[in-house]
Amino acid sequence: MNDTPKEIPVMTSTAERSYLYKRHSLPVRLMHWTNALALTLLLMSGLMIFNAHPSLDWGLQSYSGRPSVFSIGARPGADGQWIGTTTVLGHEFNTTGLLGVSTGPHGVAARVAFPWWLTIPSDYSLAEGRLWHFFFAWLLVINGVLFVLHIRRSHHLAQDLAPTRADWRAIPGSIRDHLKFKHPQGEAAKRYNVLQKLAYLTVIFLLLPLIILAGWGMSPALNSLWPGWVEVFGGRQSARTVHFIVAWLLVAFVAIHVFEVMISGVWNQLRSMITGRYRITVATTHQEPNNEQH
Amino acid sequence: MNSTNQSRRRMLARSFAGLGAVWLAGCDRLSNTTWFPKILESGESLSKNAHKLLGGRHSMAQEFAEADISPTFRGNGNTDISDLKFREMANSGFSQWTLLIDGLVEEPTKFTLAELKAMPSRTQITRHDCVEGWSAIGKWTGVPLTAVLARVKPTPQARYVVFHCADAFEGEDNEQVPYYESIDMDDAHHPQTILAYGLNGQSLPITNGAPLRLRVERQLGYKHAKYLMRLELVETLAGIGEGKGGYWEDRGGYQWYAGI
Repeated sequence: MNDTPKEIPVMTSTAERSYLYKRHSLPVRLMHWTNALALTLLLMSGLMIFNAHPSLDWGLQSYSGRPSVFSIGARPGADGQWIGTTTVLGHEFNTTGLLGVSTGPHGVAARVAFPWWLTIPSDYSLAEGRLWHFFFAWLLVINGVLFVLHIRRSHHLAQDLAPTRADWRAIPGSIRDHLKFKHPQGEAAKRYNVLQKLAYLTVIFLLLPLIILAGWGMSPALNSLWPGWVEVFGGRQSARTVHFIVAWLLVAFVAIHVFEVMISGVWNQLRSMITGRYRITVATTHQEPNNEQH
Repeated sequence: MNSTNQSRRRMLARSFAGLGAVWLAGCDRLSNTTWFPKILESGESLSKNAHKLLGGRHSMAQEFAEADISPTFRGNGNTDISDLKFREMANSGFSQWTLLIDGLVEEPTKFTLAELKAMPSRTQITRHDCVEGWSAIGKWTGVPLTAVLARVKPTPQARYVVFHCADAFEGEDNEQVPYYESIDMDDAHHPQTILAYGLNGQSLPITNGAPLRLRVERQLGYKHAKYLMRLELVETLAGIGEGKGGYWEDRGGYQWYAGI
């Protein structure tokens, strides 16, 4: 379309005006980093817990006679070396080096599902993994409840996160922009784009509640509060599988989130989540009329 | 241009790896302090208190249908006992075996297996959840612990039931450390807390703790002491093992409360 090169000589630094505006409130910044810390520790201690029984089943129990839906293991190869295997719905993959068999902290091959550098603690300890996991689970839940209360009271939810009618119509355009790594500039950068809004809302109101509920579903004491409720997942072992899958969906979200931060001005984005201030740069040559009517 | 990009990428990868190493070392170091795990344990006491508040004495573990029973019930921990005296007892159908209940009770008593089987029984199909993450479903038959306690009459000071077992793990100096566990009176008097002598309509197999094991259905597997020999009622767990109330609690760092 616009591939004719355009020379715009007036676009010098003097033709730009930039200013810092307050993007994130202190509670949002605090809760964002608390969440980042808790999720990281929960993932790593969770992988330690997974290593104690590295297979996932569907249903009430693990020994129904049906094969596991997912498992990580090791078997001796023809040359006597161990082969790390990952089996997904009956399909076995060789994952030596990463899953099943990997190099331990002292350079010796170890038979362990997730490698030491992905788990907390790095040495195998189910007891310590559980200790970390349940402490930071409480932190995540308390932080999450406070966050939802805060974004409602401060209208952050209604004003910044809820998609507008125009947003819904802008979805195809937003998808195109994302695929071209194009980001809103100038005043438009003050608002979240629609995919960003939907991603945040999905994490806040779907994935995090789901992973917490599935976590509760694994507690025999919480099961007894209302016998049978765990069957909303299909049983305790299904809840364990859901918990694991959602954990990786959250990892995928974080990967995309960090990627978008990196390509859309990493220092500006980081500063806005640390000091709260985000730099907006507007070209003064075609000054935009102040049409903020929302 | 390309080479600077490559070196930049390499530097980025290296700094990420460096950050990761610092992060891991930091977590491990915190784990090995005496103070940090205590902070982490506050999460466990929060869970215990929340569960006690919500469920209390009376919430019932889910019970299942015959069709849900696991084809084979996995045995974990110790699944056999090589001790000669125990083997002899097993060979004679545990007719020589007795369960001693003593400690803070008015009438310390020895029960034979036949006496326990003659008492009112309860059969329940429940799900066994191991701390490792797996679950198995079995049909347990046994005598409610509360009925047994009624016979020995705990004194008002009794706050815990300690379970002493015939199976042992090897200690650090190659000595044999018998397994032990404990529960509080809330769980001791819970209707689903039974001393089980039957699994899936058969006598309890050795693998699963013959002749008698504890079922305490709202907690994880390591609480369900197997190969029971003696029940001791105590006011405090301080004098039991190293004071945390169970073999794994003292040696493996598992929590005494295992509802999560």
